[in-house]
Amino acid sequence: MPSLRDYRDRISSVKSTRKITSAMKMVAAAKLKKAQDAAERAQPYSNSMAEMMARVAGGVTLTPSSPKLLIGSGNDQNHLLIVMTSDRGLCGGFNGNLIRFAKIKTKQLLKEGKNVQLITIGRKARDILKRDHADLIIKSFTGIGGKDKINFNDVNEISGYMLGLFEEGQFDVCHLVYNEFKSVLSQPPQIQQLIPFSLPTVNNEIKSEDGLKSPYTFEPEEEALLAELLPKNISMQIFRALLDSAAGEQAARMTAMDNATRNAGEMIDDLSLQYNRARQAYITKELIEIISGAEAV
Amino acid sequence: MSNKTFQFELVSPAEKLISEPARYVSVPGSEGEFGVLPGHSSLMSSLKPGVVTFKNADNGHEDIFVAGGFADVTADNVTILAEEAISVAALDKADLEKELSQLQSDLKLAEGTADKKRFDLKIEVVKAKLHAAA
Repeated sequence: MPSLRDYRDRISSVKSTRKITSAMKMVAAAKLKKAQDAAERAQPYSNSMAEMMARVAGGVTLTPSSPKLLIGSGNDQNHLLIVMTSDRGLCGGFNGNLIRFAKIKTKQLLKEGKNVQLITIGRKARDILKRDHADLIIKSFTGIGGKDKINFNDVNEISGYMLGLFEEGQFDVCHLVYNEFKSVLSQPPQIQQLIPFSLPTVNNEIKSEDGLKSPYTFEPEEEALLAELLPKNISMQIFRALLDSAAGEQAARMTAMDNATRNAGEMIDDLSLQYNRARQAYITKELIEIISGAEAV
Repeated sequence: MSNKTFQFELVSPAEKLISEPARYVSVPGSEGEFGVLPGHSSLMSSLKPGVVTFKNADNGHEDIFVAGGFADVTADNVTILAEEAISVAALDKADLEKELSQLQSDLKLAEGTADKKRFDLKIEVVKAKLHAAA
């Protein structure tokens, strides 16, 4: 049977754990607010970009000489998956779920006889995927957005690397796997096709909204403009996913830490109860000893 | 001069930098600089590194350096998407010159065409900045 001292030690250790988890929860809540703000601020750019893409694409007829990013390389043998997780843990099932999702997708592609390559973003994706698929990982990016802010230059580095590979013909199809920030409670894994890019079909809607009659002039002409827009758009998609993922990470951590704090509270209650019982039993035992000692005299 | 204005927006990936009515905007298009007045015909253009000048409703004007991007012009709207945008007043000539010489020495060390191309692009941007600051 544990002594009273053991109980006291355990209670104080759980108490300090609770302090840490509740502090982490509050930090995560503050960071979540920031991350959400950042995601919101990026919205206008991404909206305008989508609008422009739709407008330009509306004027382009696809031919085999169209940008490869749009029509693909005419092949779908080689796949590239970009798996995006956080750098840090302690955020519940946030990374685990995503990586499981990515693994299923990888296995499925491999089963179909495709070649799969992986790019990981975030330390967790690298560390966990290395166990099963070390041979598939071609590049890992870590420390992006580690200092609270996600820098667009970092994103350009990722997309630049990826586009370089595409130009060399290293892969035909590229998907981005990330956690979408739906709400504080739900960040489901999401898969999005980056290459070839599927154009949004909001084209006509936008035009009628503006009530425009005059046709657009494009400088340079549509095709060249599209070729410039497409890589930027890929950067933007990755950027948006990073922001989503960052907000999701903080939300997941907040929820996880909230649960941990609550569990620690319950544990403290249980332990205090046990401690009080043990103390009572000890006192009773001593009393009995004293009384029976006194009776014996 | 008429009092007509149009909505001018300058957006970077991180945030919306400017959104206000403007009388006139001059844009460094990739095929030549162009000015936009209200009622301009619809135009979409990519940008080269250079200075965007806009005149707001009170005739105050502001110069903003953009390192490339896209402009979407309609009769009553101008939207500029720029990856990097900085007010010309905030450009520091001495810093830029330092950066330029640094980049030029980096370029000499660069290996591979892809690397060289990247540095060339950076140098071009810094040169455009210097030009804007002058």
